[in-house]
Amino acid sequence: MRLGILLGQRRNGPGRPLHWTDIAAYVYLALGVMLMFGPVLWLVLSSFKTESALLEFPPSLLPFAQVEVTVPGQPQKLPLFRTTLPDGSVRELAQVRRIGLVAQMVDPADPSKQYRVAIDKREPVRRVALATENYSEPLQRFAFLRFLFNSVFVTVVATLITLLINSMAAYGLAVYQFPGKQAATLAVIGTLMIPMTIILVPVYLVVTELGLANSLWAVILPGAATPTGVFLLRQYMLTLPKDLIEAARMDKASEWQIYWRIVMPLTLPALAVLAIFSIMWRWNEFLWPLAVLTKTEVYTLQIALNAFQGELQTQWHYLLAMTVVTLIPVALVFVFLQRFIATGIGSTGMK
Amino acid sequence: MRAVTPVITSLTLSLLCATVLGRPAAAETTTLRMAWYSDGNEGEVMADLLKRFHEQNKDIEVVLDQVPYKAVNENLPVQLASGQGPDIARVVDMGGLSRFALDMRPFLKDPGYWETNFGPFLEWMRPAGDTQAIPGFMTQLTVTGPFVNKTLFEQAGVAMPGGKSTWEDWAKAVKEVAGKVQAPFPLAVDRSGHRFYALAMSQGTKVFGANGEPDVVDDGFKRAAQLVYDWHKSGVMSKELWGSVSGTAYRGANDEFKNAQVVMYLSGSWQIAQFAKTVDNAFDWVAVPNPCGPGGCSSMPGGAALMAFKTTQHPKEVARVMDYLASEPVLAEFCARSLFVPGHLGLTKKGIDYPTASPEAAAALKIFTASAGQVSPLAYRTQGYVNSRIIFNAVISRLGQAVSGETTLEDAEKRITADVAQQIAERNKK
Amino acid sequence: MSDAPTAARPQPGMAAGALARVAVLPVGLALRVLDPPMRWLQRAIGVRRMAYVFLLPNFAFFGLFVFLPIGINIVFSVTGGTALFPSERPYVGAEQFAYLFDCGSYLDPSSCREDHFWRGVANTTKFVVFQVTAMVLFSLITALVLNMKIRGRGFFRAVYFFPVLLSPVVVALIWKWILQRDGLLNAAITTLGGQKILFFVDPGWAMFWAVFVSVWAHMGFYTLILLAGLQAIPADLYEAAEMDATPRWRVLTRITLPLLWPNMIVVIVLALIKGAQTFDEVFVLTGGGPGTATLMVVQYIYETGFASQVQNFGLAAAASVVLGLVLFVLTLLQFAAARRKEI
Repeated sequence: MRLGILLGQRRNGPGRPLHWTDIAAYVYLALGVMLMFGPVLWLVLSSFKTESALLEFPPSLLPFAQVEVTVPGQPQKLPLFRTTLPDGSVRELAQVRRIGLVAQMVDPADPSKQYRVAIDKREPVRRVALATENYSEPLQRFAFLRFLFNSVFVTVVATLITLLINSMAAYGLAVYQFPGKQAATLAVIGTLMIPMTIILVPVYLVVTELGLANSLWAVILPGAATPTGVFLLRQYMLTLPKDLIEAARMDKASEWQIYWRIVMPLTLPALAVLAIFSIMWRWNEFLWPLAVLTKTEVYTLQIALNAFQGELQTQWHYLLAMTVVTLIPVALVFVFLQRFIATGIGSTGMK
Repeated sequence: MRAVTPVITSLTLSLLCATVLGRPAAAETTTLRMAWYSDGNEGEVMADLLKRFHEQNKDIEVVLDQVPYKAVNENLPVQLASGQGPDIARVVDMGGLSRFALDMRPFLKDPGYWETNFGPFLEWMRPAGDTQAIPGFMTQLTVTGPFVNKTLFEQAGVAMPGGKSTWEDWAKAVKEVAGKVQAPFPLAVDRSGHRFYALAMSQGTKVFGANGEPDVVDDGFKRAAQLVYDWHKSGVMSKELWGSVSGTAYRGANDEFKNAQVVMYLSGSWQIAQFAKTVDNAFDWVAVPNPCGPGGCSSMPGGAALMAFKTTQHPKEVARVMDYLASEPVLAEFCARSLFVPGHLGLTKKGIDYPTASPEAAAALKIFTASAGQVSPLAYRTQGYVNSRIIFNAVISRLGQAVSGETTLEDAEKRITADVAQQIAERNKK
Repeated sequence: MSDAPTAARPQPGMAAGALARVAVLPVGLALRVLDPPMRWLQRAIGVRRMAYVFLLPNFAFFGLFVFLPIGINIVFSVTGGTALFPSERPYVGAEQFAYLFDCGSYLDPSSCREDHFWRGVANTTKFVVFQVTAMVLFSLITALVLNMKIRGRGFFRAVYFFPVLLSPVVVALIWKWILQRDGLLNAAITTLGGQKILFFVDPGWAMFWAVFVSVWAHMGFYTLILLAGLQAIPADLYEAAEMDATPRWRVLTRITLPLLWPNMIVVIVLALIKGAQTFDEVFVLTGGGPGTATLMVVQYIYETGFASQVQNFGLAAAASVVLGLVLFVLTLLQFAAARRKEI
C-alpha cells in the first residue's frame, strides 16, 4: 500500500489515485532497466568464467570452476567429481585419469583406495571462482600502459581539436549571413552521409601522402571535423539571443572575442555533449586505427586488445574479458555523467 | 588563469612525448619491423628467438608487431602498395602478396640451402612467371585432416571406419554416432574454401583445364559440392558453420569440438596445440588419415610463410634475420615449441621431437606428418597457384549461399565460374 | 542514483559548467593568444567576411579527409585493376557501373551479375524500413513514459542512453554471446520447455535480431530528441485539458503527437540515414548471413574494396558513389524537412 502512495505522489500532490498508465509505465521502465543493463551485466559475469565453463550448457549465472584437490601420492592437483558408485552411494572422488569411457578415481581422504567409474556416473564438483587469468594473461602480454597512453592521448587531443574547429564553424554558420552559407550548410550535411568505411582506402592514401602513417596524428586528424558536432553546436547557438552579440559589437569587442568570451561559455552544455560523444567515438575506434597503425609503439588499446585474434580461432574467454576492459571508461563516463547526459542533450536544442 | 598552466604544461609534454616516441631511435643499429599474427603461442616463441638473434647481432633489432589476423589479411596489401608496410610479415596469402616479395638471393649466405630445403614451397611465394626468387620460408606447413572424438564413438558403440575409408563411409558412421549420443554436429568442416578442396581433391577435381587456366567446376568438383549440399540436407553437417555467415567469412568448429558436440571435424594440423591444451583429458580425440574418394586420399597443404618485402630499406639486414630464423636448429626449435609441422624438407626427413607435446598431440602430429608426405602434386599446385585465394573465396561464398537455401547448387556453380573469371580479369588489368 | 523529482530538472549551470570549463580551459588560453592576429584580420577583411575565417579550419579538414577522398573514390570508380595509386590505374570509363547495374530485373538480385550488391540493397532497404519503424515506435513510447512525472526519472533516462555509449563492435559481441546456440536466451527457452533456436541460421530471425540490436543500441539517442520536444510543449495546454477532464488518449492524439511532429521528422530522417549506413554492428552480429540474408550495402563495399583477396577498389568505389548519391537524396529530404521548421 505504501508503495502505491509513494508512486502516487505526482505533480498534483499526494493522494491522487494511481492511473493504470502509471503502473504500466513503471512496469515498462523496470523491463527497460533489465533489457538495457542485463546484457552488459551478463558480459561482465561471463568474462570471469574459465574457458571450459564458457562452453557449458545451460550456462551458469555465476562463474564456477571445478574444484581441484591435492591428493597424497599424486604429482598434480586432481579434479574433484561427485560420483555415483555401483552400490548406489554418492561420494566425492578425485579423478586420476580417464581411459575411454572409464575414469580411474581415488578418494582424497583415503588415497589407497582406487575406483573405476563409468564417465557418465560422475559430475564435477564446482564452486564460484573468478577466472581472473582471462584478464591478467592477455594484459601481461603487452605494454598495457603504453597503449593506454596512446588511446588517452588520441581521445583527449582529438576531442579538443573537434571542440575547437566544430564550434568555430558552428559560430560562423549561426551568427553570420554570407554568400555561400547555404552551400556550406549543405556540405556539412553531405559529410554526414559518408561513413568512414566507404572511403577507407582514399583516406588512407591521403594520410600516407601527408606522411602521417604510423603516427597518432593519422588517427586524430581525419575524424576531427565532425558534421554532427557542427550541427549540434550550430543549433544550440541559434537559440542564443542575437542582442547579446550586437551589444558586444557596440562595446568594440572583436568577432574573435565574441566567439570565445561570450558565445562559447553560453554553449557549454552543448559543448559538453559533443565532448562526451567525441570521447566515445575516439575511444571505440577500431577499423581506421587498424589500417594506419602498424607499429606496436603507436597501437591504441582497441588494436592491442584484439591482437590475440588469430586466423583460425576466436578465444572467447579473452575476447569477453578484453571487451570488459574497454568498457571501463564508458562505465565511468556513465556513472559520473549520467544525469548530465540526460539534461544536456535534452537542452541541446533539438527543438 | 593560474589553474590553466599545469594543464597546458602537461598537454605540451604529452604532445612532445608522442612526437619523440613516435620516431624510431636513429642510431647505428638497424631496426626492422616484422608483422606477426598468432593462433597460439608462436608469437611468444618468435619473440624469444628474435631476442636471441639480437644478442648475437647487436647491430640489428627486429621489432615484432603482433597484429590481429585481420590486419595481415586486409590491411597489409594496402600498406605494402603504399610503401608503408613492414620489412617482414607472417602471411597466409602468399600468391596474392608475391608481387611485393623481395628476392633475397643476392643477400643470403647460402641460397642453395634455401633451394634444397624450401624448394617446393618457394613456388608459392614467387610472382607469376618467376622460377628463381627466394622471398621467404614457411613458418609452418599445414595439412588438412579430420579429428575424431573417439569417446563418442565408444559411447555409441560404433566402430570407427579404418584407414582407407571413403567420405561416404565416414558420413554414415558419424551420423549413426551422433544420433545415439545426441551430438548436434555429426560432421563439421571449417567454413573455408581451402578445406572444401580437401574433399574436392578426393572426389577427383582437376582444378585446371587443359590450357593451364582454372576450370573450377568440373565433375570432381560437382561430386564434392553435391556431397556437401546433401550432407546439409540430411543433417550430417549443421548449417551453423557454412550457412550462418555470408561471403568468405571463416567459421571453425573448435569450440563445438572441445565441447564434445562434434563427432568428426575436418580441419587441419594447426589445431593440435590448441586441442592438446583445451580438450586435455575430457575425451579422447584422435587425428585420422584423410578419407578417400575416386580422386585418391590427398589432403590440402597450406600454411603460413614469413616473407620479406621489397619495400624494405635494409634488404641485407632482412636477409640476415631470415637466414638466422630459417636455419635448421632455429626452425626446429620454433616448430617444436609451437607444435608446428615444419615446411623444411631436411627437418621433415629427420622428423622433429616435440618434447612439450602430450601423448594425444604427439599421435596426431604423427598422423599429419604422414599425410603431409602423401599430398598429391595437384594439391600442391592448387595451393601454390597465384589466384588460389580467388578460387577458394568464390567457392565458399557461393556454396554457403546454396547451403543456406538461398540459391540452387547449379546457380552457385555458375556463379563460382563467373566470379573466378571476373576477379582474375580484374587482377590482370594493367 | 535516485533523483528527487525536483533534481531531475535541467541544471546545466552546475555539473555542465564544471565539466566543460575543465575541458575548454587549455583551448581557452590558446584562443586568447589568437586574439591580436584575429583582430588584425577583422580590420583587413571586415566583420562579414570573418565568417569564412571561422569556417576555414573545419572545412580544411572536411576538404582533406572527406571531399578529397570522395574525389579519389570517383577516380577509382572509373578505373580498374588492383593498383592503389590512381595514377597507375587504367581508365575503364563506366565499366564498373555497367557491371554493377547489369541485371535481368532490378527486382530480382539473383538475375544480376553482381548479385551481392543488389542483395545488399534489398537487405538494407528491408532493414531500414523495419528499424526506423521500430525505432520511432519504441523511442516514442519511452519518451512518453519518461516525460511522466515519475520517481527516478533522471536515472531512467540515463539507463536508456547507456547503450548509445557502447561501440558497435561491443554491442554486437554482447548480443552474439547471448544469442548463440548455447547462449543465455536458448538456456531460458529450454528451461521453459522449448527447443533451442539457431537464430543465425534462419534468415528471418537473423534479420529480426539485427533490427532488434540496432534499436537497442540507438534508441536512447532518439528518445532524448523526442523528450526534448515533449518538454517544449507548453504545460498550460495539458492543464486546460485536465480541466476539461479530457481522456488521456485524446490528450495524446490531439495535443502531444501533433506538437511533437517536428521532432518526429528529425528522428525519422536521422534514423533513416544512419540505418542505411549500418555496417559493423550487423557485420559482427550475423556476419551478413545466413547466406546473404543480412548482407548490407556498406558491408558489400567494405568486403569488395578492402576485405577480399583481390581488393577491387574500382567496383567498391562505384558502389560507394551510388550509395553516396542515394544518401544525399535522403539528406536533401532532411534538409527540406528541417528548413520547414527552421531548426
